[in-house]
Amino acid sequence: MNTYRVERWTRSGRVTVGAAAAALLMLALLPVLASGLVIDKLTTLFIYVLLAVMWNLLAGYAGLVSVGQQAFFGVGGYLALRLVDAGMAPYLALLVGAAGAGIAAIPISTFALRLRGGEFAIAMWVIAEVLRIVVMFDPLVQGETGTSLLALNALDPELRRNLTYWLGLGSVALMLSATFWLLRSRIGATAQAIRDDEEAAASIGIDVMRIKQIIFVLAAFGCALAGTIWLASAITFLPRTNFGVQWTVFMLFMVLVGGLKTFEGPIVGAVLFFLLQEIFGDFGVWYLTGLGAIAVGFALYLPDGLWGTWRQRTGIDLLSGGFMLRWPLSEANDE
Amino acid sequence: MLDALIQGILLGGYYAILAAGLSLMFGVVRFINLAHGDLAIFGAYLVLFAVEVLGLSPWVAVAAVVPVMALLGWVLQATLFARTTRGGFLLPLLTTFGLGAVLQNGMFGLFGSDTRSLGNHIGNLSWASWQLPFGISVGQLPVITFAVAVTVLGTLQLVLSFSKLGRAIRATSSDPEAAELSGIDARAVHRAAAAIAVALAGLAGAFLAMRALINPYAGPAQLIFAFEAVVIGGIGSLWGTLIGGIVLGVAQSFGATISAQGFQLAGHLVFLGVLGVRLYLAHRRNLGGWRSVLRLPIPPPKPVPPLQSATSEGQS
Repeated sequence: MNTYRVERWTRSGRVTVGAAAAALLMLALLPVLASGLVIDKLTTLFIYVLLAVMWNLLAGYAGLVSVGQQAFFGVGGYLALRLVDAGMAPYLALLVGAAGAGIAAIPISTFALRLRGGEFAIAMWVIAEVLRIVVMFDPLVQGETGTSLLALNALDPELRRNLTYWLGLGSVALMLSATFWLLRSRIGATAQAIRDDEEAAASIGIDVMRIKQIIFVLAAFGCALAGTIWLASAITFLPRTNFGVQWTVFMLFMVLVGGLKTFEGPIVGAVLFFLLQEIFGDFGVWYLTGLGAIAVGFALYLPDGLWGTWRQRTGIDLLSGGFMLRWPLSEANDE
Repeated sequence: MLDALIQGILLGGYYAILAAGLSLMFGVVRFINLAHGDLAIFGAYLVLFAVEVLGLSPWVAVAAVVPVMALLGWVLQATLFARTTRGGFLLPLLTTFGLGAVLQNGMFGLFGSDTRSLGNHIGNLSWASWQLPFGISVGQLPVITFAVAVTVLGTLQLVLSFSKLGRAIRATSSDPEAAELSGIDARAVHRAAAAIAVALAGLAGAFLAMRALINPYAGPAQLIFAFEAVVIGGIGSLWGTLIGGIVLGVAQSFGATISAQGFQLAGHLVFLGVLGVRLYLAHRRNLGGWRSVLRLPIPPPKPVPPLQSATSEGQS
């Protein structure tokens, strides 16, 4: 009688996926109903969600704390600018630019991923700075002055707003699905093993470098997508803003507050960050000081974040990445 | 050309003061304080405050601020850092990065966004120079900075080699558990190391403010430079930070002769180059990775933490 069934889809998991699909459909149709302001705000929210989920994938699941993800945010936008300058259609260029930044992450990863902990964190920061300086040498960017994606101004503003919105929504849907799939796959399990003990993982035959590389490149692509969507909604490209370390501060806040090492946490964190930005954004530096202090507070006293704590208290998990072992008896109780 | 070389070497003195604290923290408490640069800038603002508001003379202000910074380091270690280092390697990075954001924006709120400098409070020292043979002139302030750096590193070396605290620090840095078994309070040693590190950051910040303009967001760049000096010179080596600082300073100084952006770029490239060579050597030797190449003690294996995400989800 000691047979049990391995279950991957919980009831809550199926319900959540169904609800997410319904929400996606509704959000996709939203531009028909909602005002331009709402669409713009939601596009910003999508950028935050993308950044948070990508940073959590890197730090929470692979144990790679990068202070330099703004490198890909900036490079994606820069490549898009270059491609548009070379005559590519703007929205195609945004996607290809992000993909280009993902490809650029491959050579960077072979170098950076050999570093550990804080060394990796700061080396990534240096790489972001180097890329910023190199991009500023490009006459198209004009150094500190920056430039604009003027080709987008040729489009009807209404259409442009909606296209950017759909690009953001599509990117979020794509990257969330990819992350979810990745985390449930063998790669997700091995990545967490590496995070918890790299030597032990290597000793049981895990190709540490390769697993880290896959996650690093995916996270770079996601951040680059966020960067190109940002470029499409802001139009301007300012090297110091697009390559600014503040993006990483935001990612840190969203992931720590929402819940490091959980799938849903960063999304919760992004929504919360978005709301805080809307309410307190006008307070400027003191608001930013508060964000930093809250992030430190969460790191010290609530390291699992809001979602992680909620999950521990209630045992409710919307989307499980784990394996459920069910005895026939408990299954009968469950149904 | 020779001018750039001399300037670069003297600049290395500043980096050595800044980097020594970072290196000490990394060697003893075993984490990289991502707020180190921001603490340096905070020290500079404290000196500015003491000079402009309290009316102290600049050098008295520096002498007063260094102990205050040491106290701050002690308190930070006792309250924040000690808590985070218990939670694995992720939390110290996240916490100190968050602390950096707090410091930057807090300083912006308190002191405003204007770039400031101690330069106009130290009389002609900021531009005065000594004439050497062959028509070479060296700035007095850089020479003083360099001399202070050598003095600081020498004193630190003496303390580490001969004092009781130094022995405790060395013992804790090579094996915290064994040190505790021998009756050393590792937590007190960590607090002492943090106090020294933050005091040095403050001292470096004061010298930076005498030489250049600072603003509340100048910290991250200083952290990067300090880290580069540490890595170039070899992690865990006290005099290595001076060598690393000099190499970095010379690279930046030559880079600056090419273009304004070249100052930073050249430093970064030298750093990445050194790192690349190190990694390649480690790869070739294939002996315990790059810690052994940097002659760092290899940390004892960590106890396996209980699996969190995978198993706790399984309970639902």
